[in-house]
Amino acid sequence: MKKGTREFTNFLFVLPALIIFSVFYIYPFFKVFNLSMHSWNGIDPTMKFVGFAHFKEVIFDDKAWWSSMAQAGYITLWALTFQNFLALLLALACDRAIRAGSVYRVIFFLPPILSEIVVGLVWKWIYNGDFGLLNHWLSMVGLGYLARDWLSDSSTALTAIALVHCWKGFGWAFIILLAGLQTIPRQLYEAATVDGADALKRFTNVTVPMMIPVFVLVVILTILGTMQGFALILAMTRGGPAGHTEVPVIRILFSMIKYRRFGYACCQALIFGFILVCISFMLNRVSKFFKQA
Amino acid sequence: MRLLLGVFIAFTLIFGGCASKDKAVKKDRIVVWHWMTDRQEAFEELSKKYEDLTGIKVNFELFSPPDSYSQKILAAAQAKTLSDIFGVLGEKIDVASFIKAGHVVDLTPYLEENEAEWKSRFFTSALAVTSFEKDNAFGVTEGTYAIPIDLMNIQMVCNNKLLRQAGIQRPPQAWEEFIADLKTLKEKGIKGLVSGWAETWMIDCMVSNYAFNIMGEDKVIKTIKAEAPYTDSDWLRVFKLFEELRDSGGLASGVVTMDNKYAEQLFANEKVAFAFNGSWCVNVYQGMNPKLDYSVILPPEASDAYPMKIWGGAGSSFYVNARSFLSKEAVEFLKWLTDKEQQVFLVNKTKNLPSNRQALSGIPKELSEFADDSDSITHPNMWPFQEYPAVIEAFTKGVQSIIIGEKTAQELVEEVQRIKEKEIQRRN
Repeated sequence: MKKGTREFTNFLFVLPALIIFSVFYIYPFFKVFNLSMHSWNGIDPTMKFVGFAHFKEVIFDDKAWWSSMAQAGYITLWALTFQNFLALLLALACDRAIRAGSVYRVIFFLPPILSEIVVGLVWKWIYNGDFGLLNHWLSMVGLGYLARDWLSDSSTALTAIALVHCWKGFGWAFIILLAGLQTIPRQLYEAATVDGADALKRFTNVTVPMMIPVFVLVVILTILGTMQGFALILAMTRGGPAGHTEVPVIRILFSMIKYRRFGYACCQALIFGFILVCISFMLNRVSKFFKQA
Repeated sequence: MRLLLGVFIAFTLIFGGCASKDKAVKKDRIVVWHWMTDRQEAFEELSKKYEDLTGIKVNFELFSPPDSYSQKILAAAQAKTLSDIFGVLGEKIDVASFIKAGHVVDLTPYLEENEAEWKSRFFTSALAVTSFEKDNAFGVTEGTYAIPIDLMNIQMVCNNKLLRQAGIQRPPQAWEEFIADLKTLKEKGIKGLVSGWAETWMIDCMVSNYAFNIMGEDKVIKTIKAEAPYTDSDWLRVFKLFEELRDSGGLASGVVTMDNKYAEQLFANEKVAFAFNGSWCVNVYQGMNPKLDYSVILPPEASDAYPMKIWGGAGSSFYVNARSFLSKEAVEFLKWLTDKEQQVFLVNKTKNLPSNRQALSGIPKELSEFADDSDSITHPNMWPFQEYPAVIEAFTKGVQSIIIGEKTAQELVEEVQRIKEKEIQRRN
């Protein structure tokens, strides 16, 4: 077979994947970019070209957008610290040969498989100011003075949502971290023990270095997953009270559905995507640095 | 070569199937898309009856919740694959876009034929929502573009039993009386007012009611046209009402993050004395608590300068797809659907107000209390101009801020005016 014919045949094998990738990834990206430069309500047959006006408006003029970014950042911070710390503790506990370990694994992985809407509605009821379980429990233990409507109070609404997000999300981090822990060769721990390392030293000198790629993966997934979350918030507060729990995806959704500003919504989505890509890229660099160190 | 041909045919078949069609496919049945979960069963019964009568099949296809339905029809409009009959959920500006994009049949000639026999069946307010006058601000050709299948309006609902328990002899007529009642209820340990104010359009509705009552329609429209500022003392008074509501302590807790469905549950379960809700609640309360003893009143007036106006009009309207091969059959079906007999059937089954005025006799007491105030109906879709969405967002979120004690009415009017000016600047 001639070289040219062989290369052409090889190319044919790649062609279906290339076409699918182009149709479902490359084309939509350029279409979204194109739409972001137009003013369009999603129905009119014509669109008005506005250049980079939407980008300018989002970046310099849209306070609600940037507060939604900050609010998503706040939830992400909770997820990165509290959620992942809890997941790591539980993963370490389950990594040992404890009794009924597999039962715990199943229990810890239950929240992530529940629907966000269902979880949101259940927790909304728990947080209810008048008939909620949380206030009831607080009264029972003598902390009734703390009772409030957790989701309608601007000082507690976002944290209340962040905690539910952590409760729902820690199972994913738990499973990934547990899988990571189980790939660490046992001989390393045995050698460290022989050398006189106690549990803390084994953790800092064996577990942590071996787990860095897994930590980075968990951090990236936590950031991407949390920043893009919205269903839980829609079910619990719809972004209220007064926008205190709005996150970027809710703003994008509102721009598109409520305000019929498709071009503007596309622009918000692009900026949001760009920010997330930058964060992932930075984390990747950090991960490489730690690996080299 | 054979491989290349195979790949080509496969992709032609795959992506050829995804291509949009400029014309709806010819079908043997009328397809109706809607979002009304509570009416699907009644619609199915009616469609069977229509088939027995005419031999024409009608398929009611339900897409719920309403947000998903909205997205579906938007996508279908872009792909030009709308059903023969469909509803549009949204503002008048959205309806105008559908019309201008050529998706909707102008029903005026059908409504006007036989000395306007079809048109005369309907309440004027029901048709007004989907009618466009000459030289309207939306640039739509004058005409009526949809047929209302029911009516709705939003008023105050009071639980008679709870009012009696609190020693309140009659439902409040004036705002001061209402605030006093809320305080009395609070003293008796009864929650005062509930509404689904996480759904900000309900806040918009209450704000409009009191704006009409305090300053009259002309001034409201002038403000929308930017000929009067939101910092005007009348607007300040409107937003101060929400401060008074908050200070009375009579609002159900969590009202600003509450869905209307949950608010309805609270009222139906006799946990709250007043609810700000729409006429659809008759059906909802009937389902949740058939023994609920309640009455319907206009929102208590805050001023005697102008009459109280309430949001209302067509509850749900059906449009005929201009690209449908069955558009004439679809119009005939809508005529049949809005006949007295079918309307009475829908009232009995779904407890919604009929759009056909002849079907009003014999409706349940609570529904008739809603129907009594049809003269007070208004709706943004009936106004010649509409407020910018960013301004509406500012004052609805602002009202939430007032209720949670974050902002004062004065701060709110200043902020809303700032946003209004920014919007005008942006659009010019």
